[in-house]
Amino acid sequence: MLLEATFYVPLMFSKRSRHEVLHQLYVTGVKSLGVITVVALFTGMILALQTGLGLRRFGLQVNIGTAVAVTMLREMGPFMCALIIAASVGSAIAAQVGTMTVSEEISALEIMSINPIRFLVMPRLVALAIMMPVLTVFTNILGIVGGAVVGSTQLGVSMQAYFDNAQLYAENKDLYVGLLKAFVFGVVIATTACHQGLSATEGAVGVGQATRRTVIISFLTILVLGYMLTRVFYR
Amino acid sequence: MIRFEKVTKRLGSRNVLDEIDLEIQPGETYVICGPSGMGKSVTLRHMVRLLTPDAGRVLVDNECVSESRGRDLERIRARFGVLFQSGALLQWLSVAENVALPLRERTHKSEEEIEHLVREKLRLVELEDAYDKQPADLSGGMRKRVALARAIVTQPEIILYDEPTSGLDPVTSRTIDTLIDNLRRELKVTSVVVTHDLHSALAIGTRIAMLYYGKVVEVATPEAFIASDNEIVRGFLEAQYITRRGAWEGQGKA
Repeated sequence: MLLEATFYVPLMFSKRSRHEVLHQLYVTGVKSLGVITVVALFTGMILALQTGLGLRRFGLQVNIGTAVAVTMLREMGPFMCALIIAASVGSAIAAQVGTMTVSEEISALEIMSINPIRFLVMPRLVALAIMMPVLTVFTNILGIVGGAVVGSTQLGVSMQAYFDNAQLYAENKDLYVGLLKAFVFGVVIATTACHQGLSATEGAVGVGQATRRTVIISFLTILVLGYMLTRVFYR
Repeated sequence: MIRFEKVTKRLGSRNVLDEIDLEIQPGETYVICGPSGMGKSVTLRHMVRLLTPDAGRVLVDNECVSESRGRDLERIRARFGVLFQSGALLQWLSVAENVALPLRERTHKSEEEIEHLVREKLRLVELEDAYDKQPADLSGGMRKRVALARAIVTQPEIILYDEPTSGLDPVTSRTIDTLIDNLRRELKVTSVVVTHDLHSALAIGTRIAMLYYGKVVEVATPEAFIASDNEIVRGFLEAQYITRRGAWEGQGKA
């Protein structure tokens, strides 16, 4: 399914697909901003607080800038973002496509010779593959800002010192690897959700199972792939 | 036009279709009736290869649907319009967008031509006012009429109806029956109707086949069907208060 959907990606700007791709970009990106904002801010704040309290015992709390920035860029940004998107957008895709499958809408598309992979899967795949890196950048920024707020208000680390320290050790590679992870996670979530939705059977129960399986499979795949990508790029 | 040759289909542990033979002629309204779970919808789904037989063949004008793939299958399917039991309208599209969908996706018609055709088909099913509405705002009968407009918008030669009147009140059911009959007369299409509603079957069918546990137990004109001596047919007729003397008066077939 992933290969077939990829084959149709060049059609994303065609008159027939453009509207649906834009709609999916909006649903995935804009509609997820609220929850991502809260999660990203608090992820950065928790990271700063935990590492800051540990480092303060040795008088090294100024290093929370590096700790938060590097952790957000490499791991927590794409990871937290992927979990949120899998739970919200992935489950919604599985439920929608699953409902379409059990209510014969997919069969109706097939009869009209409209390929469900091009019509439904490709726009969702494109939207998640594009929006996951974008949302990850947003998550990274908010997480780092959240860390700075905790640093200045609770750990006595000034904003200037925090950001200077963050720039000292965070590299471009950290950002790029994080964005690659986000892209891969986006593809995983879209593929899993659409596959589970298209495989749904037995009415509402089947749709519920497809949704549940989407979240579980996405979470596990994100965890395993996250580790493997880290292993490949940071030996 | 459509021929089933010894078609067998097994779903789970049960033979849903058991070596059935059917032959549907061009221009007729062929009704497949029988109690629920006897393989009526499964039969219909074989005609457009939503299901494939475990044994036997399904032919449309001597082309084997059950072995067709890719472009060949698309070409055969393009000859069909299908009205699904649930209507199967895409919920996020408006009525007009649903009806326009096969035209936008499969043809190169201009937006003006598409709008003209959509309005024409909606007028045919008496739903022109619903042009901008969402499927969720429509009643069950209206949704089926929109689905019918979508099924006929590409002017197919064959229309398949899967339980077109199920879940509808008697008045709406007869409206749908009249629409099906009018389409046969006006568009000269071949229709295959799956239903367990014998009043509907007798009103619109030119021939009626009865499926019972995967076997075709009767194929007859409405007049012959109502007079059938087959015990299963008699039981099915009487269960719907239709007797030989006729609790029903059929519409004349042109």
